[in-house]
Amino acid sequence: MAQMTMIQAITDAMRTELKNDENVLVYGEDVGQNGGVFRATEGLQDEFGEERVFDTPLAESGIGGLTLGLAVTGFRPVMEIQFFGFVFETMDEVVGQIARLRYRTGGKYGAPVTIRTPYGGGVKTPELHADSLEGLIAQSPGISVVIPSTPYDAKGLLISAIRSNDPVFYLEHMKLYRSFREEVPEEEYTVEIGKADVKREGKDVTLIAYGAMVHTCLKAADQLAEEGYEAEVIDLRTVSPIDMDTIVESVKKTNRAVMVQEAQRQAGVGSNVMADLSERAILHLEAPVLRVAAPDTVFPFAAAEDVWLPNENDVVEKAKAVLNF
Amino acid sequence: MATKTIEQVESHFEMFQILNENGEVVNKDAMPDLSDEQLQEIMHRMVYTRIWDQRAISLNRQGRLGFYAPVAGQEASMIGSHYALEKEDWILPGYRDVPQVVWHGLPLYQAFLYSRGHFHGGQIPEGVNILPPQIIIGAQIVQAAGVALGLKRRHKDNVAITYTGDGGASQGDFYEGMNFAGAYEAPAIFVVQNNQFAISVPVEEQSAAKTIAQKAVAAGIHGVQVDGMDILAMYSVTETARKNALNGEPTLIESVCYRYGPHTMAGDDPTRYRTEELDNEWEKKDPLIRFRKFLEDKDLWNEDKENEVVDQAKADIKAAIKQADDTPKQKASDLIEIMYEKLPQNLQEQLEEYREKESK
Repeated sequence: MAQMTMIQAITDAMRTELKNDENVLVYGEDVGQNGGVFRATEGLQDEFGEERVFDTPLAESGIGGLTLGLAVTGFRPVMEIQFFGFVFETMDEVVGQIARLRYRTGGKYGAPVTIRTPYGGGVKTPELHADSLEGLIAQSPGISVVIPSTPYDAKGLLISAIRSNDPVFYLEHMKLYRSFREEVPEEEYTVEIGKADVKREGKDVTLIAYGAMVHTCLKAADQLAEEGYEAEVIDLRTVSPIDMDTIVESVKKTNRAVMVQEAQRQAGVGSNVMADLSERAILHLEAPVLRVAAPDTVFPFAAAEDVWLPNENDVVEKAKAVLNF
Repeated sequence: MATKTIEQVESHFEMFQILNENGEVVNKDAMPDLSDEQLQEIMHRMVYTRIWDQRAISLNRQGRLGFYAPVAGQEASMIGSHYALEKEDWILPGYRDVPQVVWHGLPLYQAFLYSRGHFHGGQIPEGVNILPPQIIIGAQIVQAAGVALGLKRRHKDNVAITYTGDGGASQGDFYEGMNFAGAYEAPAIFVVQNNQFAISVPVEEQSAAKTIAQKAVAAGIHGVQVDGMDILAMYSVTETARKNALNGEPTLIESVCYRYGPHTMAGDDPTRYRTEELDNEWEKKDPLIRFRKFLEDKDLWNEDKENEVVDQAKADIKAAIKQADDTPKQKASDLIEIMYEKLPQNLQEQLEEYREKESK
């Protein structure tokens, strides 16, 4: 076992699959000699050569089209969009083309494609780098959306994504890249796509989150514990499709839930979770499901991030509201 | 200074032609090396496609076909470029480019099912290297660069060819696709069928560039403008482009042609944007008329041969429509099942729900 940061775990997953399957290709803007702007592909070109790990011209739609073309010629592409905000440039290739390929060909051509991209607030990027746009992709049939919150999950989920014969959009929260290390097995393993994980067990209230908000919820759970409440924290890990079974099971136990997301209220996947809970678990609920989310504005310029992003106090406040309903 | 550069560039893009409007060879040196049988086969395909187009329009009017983009006027452009390909080459068509994919191996009844919106139309048979016709203008162009790079990485002696219209040359994807293929020295051919109108907007309003072919210059790839009503010229430039592609040099081919019919059968009225004089002018350049003359002069074509093709086409179309009619209707559960290799939790539940509904 090695201590790894999330970005090291991501690199390790790509290295593992580049070794395992000669059809795996890794590419994007600056991913070659430069090793990616965050060093996620550090050393991979030297290890696997320029035919397997390479730079692309600076054009996101072109990268998306390249991916579909490589997929139908039998490759297993792992493409990088340098920052999630640049996805608008390739929205057609991602959700209009890659996600629809299997349906369009009546099941004949799957798209064994992984699209990696960094996102997430708290690191003071310029505009259109940090936005939580996962809801846009999650609303598109034909592609899964995965968001790890720990190094262990990051490696296992990325290996699963690369091995999937259907496309997976893999989001990497920038704040989590190097924020902590944990034990990550050096050997290969997978974490199933579409399965949530209980990151902390509790019986009084369920906090449902994904990405960096999982850690916000864990901090909130510590605060709540000081006041005698045991919060359960569920990490969705996959935001499309959503593992409702795990959520409903938890809510049946706690009878109370708060949905927490970094995305704006009108964005993200919180609304889906809450709507599904009202369909599946309303008779188990002792209080309305409340939510913590960012306001419905454009993602803020850097200096305003701190006042805009949800934090653990927001979570504690909403948790207490459902606990004291 | 800048103007002079553009003029110099544009002077390199004069239209390439082999057969003139009267079926006379005007460029003997460029005559492709085709046998008599091959020349007859090309004519066969053009006549067949013209009949198929007429039948498709009439079936559409009877409500028996669905979405259809007429092809008459573009037969030389489509069939000439396709004839220069090998069986294992890849075609990434736009929605009008159904003849090329059918001549590449997609059964006619599946083309009809595609028109009707049945998913079996997209279930491309094994060994037929095509993608379904693309609806988003230009999306197939960047994908062609990817297929071409894939073929190169697999060390195949094959190319990817993609088709769009003059409007497609205004899309960002058009530039990105050419640029990617050029940068990767990938075996790609980009065909722009300049049929003069992007639905209703004339090509002169799409760009300040005098030709579309010259747009290749900026991407560092070959560019050629060709008489798209001249099947021998279309064949010849595509054959050359294919050789260059295998050598890592992509080509942009601008085929100058015309569509006689509406943009699609979904209510487009060309009299709103084209004059009868213009239609007449282009019909004089008809690809079938000039190639028929050329073949008749060589004693390779006559009325009997023509009628034989017409009868065969009509019989095939009738049989294909029947086969399309006999294809089982789609159920919502079928659509759920073709979404993923392994159904996720949500669709698993929905599949059960729809199967239950469908069993009633």
